[in-house]
Amino acid sequence: MANFASRGFVRLDAVVPKSLNAQFLDELERTFGVRDAANGSTMPAVAAGTDIDQAFSPDQILGQIMRLPRLKGAIESLVGPGSLLDHHFVHVLPPASKIEATGRSANAQHLHQDSTIDVRKAFDIQLFYYPQEITEDMGGTRYLPGSHLRIVNEAAIARYQNVRGQQHVECPAGTVFLMHHGIWHGGSINRSERTRYLYKLRLNPTVSQVRLWDTTDLNDEDVAQRPIFFVREAQDPANVQSILTKGEPWFEMDTGRIEYINRIRFFRRLLGDRTFDANYWVSRLECEPDTIVDNLNS
Amino acid sequence: MSNSLRQQVLVLYLANSALDSPVTAWARYDGTGTTRHQAGGDEEPPYATGLAALQDGWRLIQASPLIDHKSGDEFRTGYFKYEFFFEKLVPLPGEDLD
Repeated sequence: MANFASRGFVRLDAVVPKSLNAQFLDELERTFGVRDAANGSTMPAVAAGTDIDQAFSPDQILGQIMRLPRLKGAIESLVGPGSLLDHHFVHVLPPASKIEATGRSANAQHLHQDSTIDVRKAFDIQLFYYPQEITEDMGGTRYLPGSHLRIVNEAAIARYQNVRGQQHVECPAGTVFLMHHGIWHGGSINRSERTRYLYKLRLNPTVSQVRLWDTTDLNDEDVAQRPIFFVREAQDPANVQSILTKGEPWFEMDTGRIEYINRIRFFRRLLGDRTFDANYWVSRLECEPDTIVDNLNS
Repeated sequence: MSNSLRQQVLVLYLANSALDSPVTAWARYDGTGTTRHQAGGDEEPPYATGLAALQDGWRLIQASPLIDHKSGDEFRTGYFKYEFFFEKLVPLPGEDLD
């Protein structure tokens, strides 16, 4: 969870089994007319705000996928039970060669953040499900780890063509990314000869997002203050505080520190602990003895 | 100005307000139409710093000002802060300048 707070995503490789991937790809090809099929599409349109447990029946392919224990567990660890399906959508990206054969140019999607300016303390997640293997030449989704806490407005960031540390999805079939809604991302050009599919589903929480995940591996070292700057031994990179204060290649020198502070505040909310800190970044800013005296005297 | 000149634009985002600080993000636009730079197309920046771009002949035409932090908003992060626009004027392919 500290990694999610820090970088904004959880990746589950091949969490959807082969048989369901194959059935879902058939469904997509029926739905989008990529090839003829004996049966018509059964891809459901779902009203915004539908309880995820009601959105798809167990006999539907998506119903079976959303009930996979590992995937359901990851979803409920982030947005809790009873989350609401905001929307779902399929991105269908034909090979660039087919687009260019029609006289159009194949364009990479500009970098953007989905929806619009969002200043909630709560967060949505977006599932990015790849039912087929995504190879480098298929132009998998480009995303920027650690960008999720930045408040921007959709495609206003389109000018950022390339950013140090940007990632391109390459994954085995059945991989699902659970992204914080704020992650900056965009589709790339498909240079392969296969149509690329991405199924996207957004979920809103209906419960307080506090300690929804398995916290049994949290230990005292994760939450106790520790030496900073001058240290006598290397710090454990798996420690929660280390994870929350690990920079990204694109961080500016000054706002990189603000990112740490915002991650710490985010993790405080996830933990339900207003005293949690990492490497003393927030405690220092809260150290105002005069204010404490004023409060005591008021 | 010759009608055969076109503008190439380079946008560099730096790690701080100093022009010799490292590049963290970048964009390129080519008014000659010779090259097309797309989102996600490069993994490494064209220059290590803004100064390196100057040394390669790019002319700085705009830099982000330093703005005081608005009260109550000091810890909000959003758009990249240190944006520098550069240009080159280059002849169209096949055109010679007199």
